[in-house]
Amino acid sequence: MRFNARVAFAAGLVAVTLGVASCGSSKSATDEGNGSGDTATLTLYNAQHEDLMKLMVAGFTQQTGIKVNMRNGEDFELGNQIVQEGDASPADVFVTENSPAMTLVDSKGLFSKVDDATLAQVPPQFAPADKDWVGFAARSTVFAYNPAQVKATALPTSIMDLAGPQWKDKVGISPAGADFQAIVSAVLSLKGEPATAAWLKGLKDNAKVYQGNSAVMKAVNAGEVSSGVIYHYYWYKDQAESGANSNNVKQLYFGNQDPGAFLSISGAGVIKSSKHQGEAQQLVKYLNSAAGQKVLADSKALEYPIGNGATANPVLKPLSELSPPTVDVTTLNGPKVVELMQQAGLL
Amino acid sequence: MLAGLIVLVALIPLFFVVGYVFSIGWDEAIALTWRPRVGELLKNTGLLVGGCVGLAATIGTGMAWLVERTTLPGRQVWNVLLVAPLAVPAFVNSFGWVSLTAKVEGYAGALMIVTLSYYPLVYLPVSAMLRGLDPALEETAAALGFGPWHTFVRVVLPQLRPALLGGSLIVALHLLAEFGALQMLRFPTFTTAIYDQYRSSFNGPAANMLAAVLLLSCLLLLTLELRLRGHQRYARTGGGSARDIPRRRLGRATAPSLIAVGGLTALALGVPIGSLVFWLVTGSSTDFPVGDLAATTATSLGLGAAGAVLTMTLALPVAWLCVRRRGRLTMLLERSTYFGNAVPGIVVALALVTVSIRFARPVYQTVVLLMFAYAIMFLPRAMVSVRSALDQAPPVFDDVSHALGSGPLETLRRVTLPLIAPGMGAGTALVFLAIVTELTATLLLAPIGTRTLATQFWSNTSSIAYGAAAPYAALMVILSAPVTVLLTRDRWRSMPV
Repeated sequence: MRFNARVAFAAGLVAVTLGVASCGSSKSATDEGNGSGDTATLTLYNAQHEDLMKLMVAGFTQQTGIKVNMRNGEDFELGNQIVQEGDASPADVFVTENSPAMTLVDSKGLFSKVDDATLAQVPPQFAPADKDWVGFAARSTVFAYNPAQVKATALPTSIMDLAGPQWKDKVGISPAGADFQAIVSAVLSLKGEPATAAWLKGLKDNAKVYQGNSAVMKAVNAGEVSSGVIYHYYWYKDQAESGANSNNVKQLYFGNQDPGAFLSISGAGVIKSSKHQGEAQQLVKYLNSAAGQKVLADSKALEYPIGNGATANPVLKPLSELSPPTVDVTTLNGPKVVELMQQAGLL
Repeated sequence: MLAGLIVLVALIPLFFVVGYVFSIGWDEAIALTWRPRVGELLKNTGLLVGGCVGLAATIGTGMAWLVERTTLPGRQVWNVLLVAPLAVPAFVNSFGWVSLTAKVEGYAGALMIVTLSYYPLVYLPVSAMLRGLDPALEETAAALGFGPWHTFVRVVLPQLRPALLGGSLIVALHLLAEFGALQMLRFPTFTTAIYDQYRSSFNGPAANMLAAVLLLSCLLLLTLELRLRGHQRYARTGGGSARDIPRRRLGRATAPSLIAVGGLTALALGVPIGSLVFWLVTGSSTDFPVGDLAATTATSLGLGAAGAVLTMTLALPVAWLCVRRRGRLTMLLERSTYFGNAVPGIVVALALVTVSIRFARPVYQTVVLLMFAYAIMFLPRAMVSVRSALDQAPPVFDDVSHALGSGPLETLRRVTLPLIAPGMGAGTALVFLAIVTELTATLLLAPIGTRTLATQFWSNTSSIAYGAAAPYAALMVILSAPVTVLLTRDRWRSMPV
């Protein structure tokens, strides 16, 4: 027994030493980063899908030699974190899945202006008028349903229909996720606060809550719930892999500029307090450059590239046929959405 | 002085939450607390804690009685198998079930799964107590004409009260803090809701107010347990006659009893392990990224070892003070460290995030902060084992050592430390085990790029990559197994888990 304890103790001491050593080494890494020149290492607060970002960052590092560390999280988690960290944020670049978290950080004045050359790489509707961040990918809202349970004649014509009593216990959503919250922000922007509050209340009664869009789609596929509101690429990704979680699922694009046809923009921006402004601008520029957009289009992410001249994966329904509602990205409000969802009891 | 400082660190989450409630003002605090969602969470949490504590107490006591007091065949083996579910973290158990069928989602499934994961926490102390009871009392009851059932209810059960209550309290506290298992089962409680709030607003007011309510529930439980325990003494005076209690012949009840024990083991152990094996073998997303697996295992081991040593180092002075300098103040200090037992990881993490951003920038997003979170959460486990070890090392040995001319350091090195080393080893191992399977605080506090087995497992299950998650879960089970086996040995039984 005593022997065991001694061994455990010795092992512990070794581990502490290692731990301290690794702390020390990571500190010295950032110190090096503070110096200028080619040793800079960027810190990217990444709320996009990690596997996609890894690919894009690898392309960037290959092209420029600049290394990138990623802190992964959710849109609003990281967005609020940057706000909390204020001027001392370790982040150099912030990348989201949806734009409301960009607007949140922007509203606190924590972004540097994006270089004009970068903005010129995408059509103007994919960046806010103040030029503080820029879009680099897009995703479409879809209504995923199980055709065995929802007849073609019973399909909704608008996402607003889903608050009606006929959809009780028939809609799956992932309200804690930034994706769904972005969709709510579009409803809020297009329909106003009272209508959105009423819609959320209806959804609270009707919806089955899942953790994440993959879980929603899987439940629809298994017939646990007859439909769900998700983004388009979950279905395509699963089809490309095996179809195990999507073969019983069909997707309806609302179109007609319905709030349910909302096209959400993934944004990228340079943090004002970053000590590596030049390198950070380079990273943002890369993301929607021809090279970056090609990495995106060729990846398994199946999101829409939006750079000028970029072509999406041909299996996707073309961007030009989606007929999304016209939303000014700067009006998509994150905190208000969270507040309304808290009031409705969805959060 | 030093001990006081350590205790202050342990109380940071409490100070923070109380301070936070005051700082946002009553109006907003009330608006964020009195809303339907909080009522819903309170109901869910209450139903789950109530149901699970009842079931776990019944199952734990029943199984302990079967193993300790009857002629059940294969008792040695069952004893190990009944404790073994502790080696399967609740979120891995949950994963095992939910990846096979979605039917376990919701209240009924959540109740079943957490009961299967946590009943050993009642089984362990109750079976230890059953073993130590003086048979004379039961014999007297029988002589007075009590039947076996009557004897159990009127004589045995009251004597089991401390073990039963202690075990139930630990089950309840685990449930209040449980995150992964319930999130996977789509059963929202305070802890899962706080995490959802964190995802949507980082450390915003709503998250912190939910944390305040959760903390209040934990404190209520602690008080309730102290009340119920009462002041009765259960120890017998003198050694009594240490002899074995005659076991009850099961006779015709043997087969049903075996089926009950076997069935429980199959559900609590067979299903999760079977499911892991299934996903390891057939999962479409399974691959064995050996490099990643090795790296995350090394990270988990490193964090576990460093955290365990830090926690033990902090526990030592406080425990020493409590044992060797008894008094009101030191008792208060000791009690305060136990507070960590009642603070869910998510509350600790949320508090440390905000405190470090505002007041301790250099440690923000570093391993140091994560280590302190572990220390705050697991200090009680270290305290209990060092305390009991110190209790058994009589101070007279120190005096003898001094009398023979050894200085304080020499005495510490040559007398005290060797005496308490086994207890320290035990405590360190328990803390290590807890850290290796810790999820919530690690999710919130891990520095950039730090991935543990638990967080990698979690990120894979979140994207429904069951096959990819399985190797990480299997590694956690393998790492937990040795400590769990130790728990079945007598001298470890009283350790808090």
